[in-house]
Amino acid sequence: MPQVTARPQYPTDHPSVPLRFALGERVRVRKSYPLGHIRTPYYIRGHSGVVERLCGNFAVPEELAQMRSGLPAQPLYRVRFLQREVWPDYRGRCDDVVEIEIFQHWLEPVRP
Amino acid sequence: MNSEESGNYRPLSYFQLMEVSLRELLVEKGVVTDAEVSATLEDMRTRGPETGARVVARAWVDPAFKARLLENGTRACEEFGLDVPALRLVVVENTPQVHNVIVCTLCSCYPRMLLGLPPDWYKSGNYRSRVVREPRVVLAEFGLQVADDVQLRVHDSTADMRYLVLPMRPADTAGWSEAQLAAIVARDCMIGVAVPRAPASPGLGSGLGSE
Amino acid sequence: MIERGHHDRGGLPGGKVERSEHDYAEWERHVDALMMLLTGVKGGKKLMTVDELRKNIEAIGPEAYDRMSYYERWITSITQTMIQRGVITTDELGRKMDQIRARLDDPCRK
Repeated sequence: MPQVTARPQYPTDHPSVPLRFALGERVRVRKSYPLGHIRTPYYIRGHSGVVERLCGNFAVPEELAQMRSGLPAQPLYRVRFLQREVWPDYRGRCDDVVEIEIFQHWLEPVRP
Repeated sequence: MNSEESGNYRPLSYFQLMEVSLRELLVEKGVVTDAEVSATLEDMRTRGPETGARVVARAWVDPAFKARLLENGTRACEEFGLDVPALRLVVVENTPQVHNVIVCTLCSCYPRMLLGLPPDWYKSGNYRSRVVREPRVVLAEFGLQVADDVQLRVHDSTADMRYLVLPMRPADTAGWSEAQLAAIVARDCMIGVAVPRAPASPGLGSGLGSE
Repeated sequence: MIERGHHDRGGLPGGKVERSEHDYAEWERHVDALMMLLTGVKGGKKLMTVDELRKNIEAIGPEAYDRMSYYERWITSITQTMIQRGVITTDELGRKMDQIRARLDDPCRK
């Protein structure tokens, strides 16, 4: 079993928005394509995965890049995606995964 | 051209000229000092994969340390006596069922404070493009065959975390010292494009991780 | 296609990964050291963030991005950031570059 707890791994003391998603929860990456400095890779937008880890709360890079504070901080999650769902032509194992750090404001819940 | 050649004549590229100019301006303005620049250069020279290899070797011999490393990589490194400012380390463990590989598809994020400067290929467009989409093919090109019964996890270092792969300890290393173990953990093993191999006798290892 | 950054490479087609490595040149190490000092990683005054470094690298046009080496992109970005932050001005930079170029062309000049 991975050494993953329900507490954020690297909490900061930044003023932050409340935590919205839980460990193990299924989330979808918003299918949004704005301009600016973005740390949510293009290839993962629109895809859904499972929260693997709570990383902590960090200033938003989109704002830091524009010489602003990036506060309030957003929770950062590691989200696990099945490769076969991300790439139509994926040829590895059916349970191969890609795990990506995604900020909360890029995530939405997945209705069961 | 090497700046030490031909006495004082140092033709600089546009970008080298920019670097010298910016640095001189910043020193004139009191933003940085030459001493700070020298100290930083020296500090980065001390950081290299050998340090990561010692962390791996310690995890191999000490299960409690390994557990702490997996729970909080930075705290475990600091406890190990390392100076790793600004590092938030996530350690991912290779097992008989799981192989991990690290990439930063957006730029070149890498645990520099632990492993030093990353290799050119890690920062290359081709690695960043392909390893997230066809990792098994890319690893095979690196000489590493990941078996069909092993799950492959790619970690894309997109935000504030940095990653270290904790490779599996090779079977025929029983009784080895930490120094002998560290010597077979090459940088590429901690990125995940290679695995450590035990040579015939400890102490004769080249530290190479892949065929 | 402006909605995908040129740097946002995950999943794009690519060729064989060249395993070549190079020893970092002194000027490249200097760029790296400046970045560390200016972002306040260890010592130095924190005058910029790594996010600004990345943003200004991403702002380099695609053709230039592909042509430039890693640290050429970095020094371009760091310098742009210092201008944006008002630590230096374009005029100061230009005059300093001219001064240094002249100094190197005539090493006997003080």
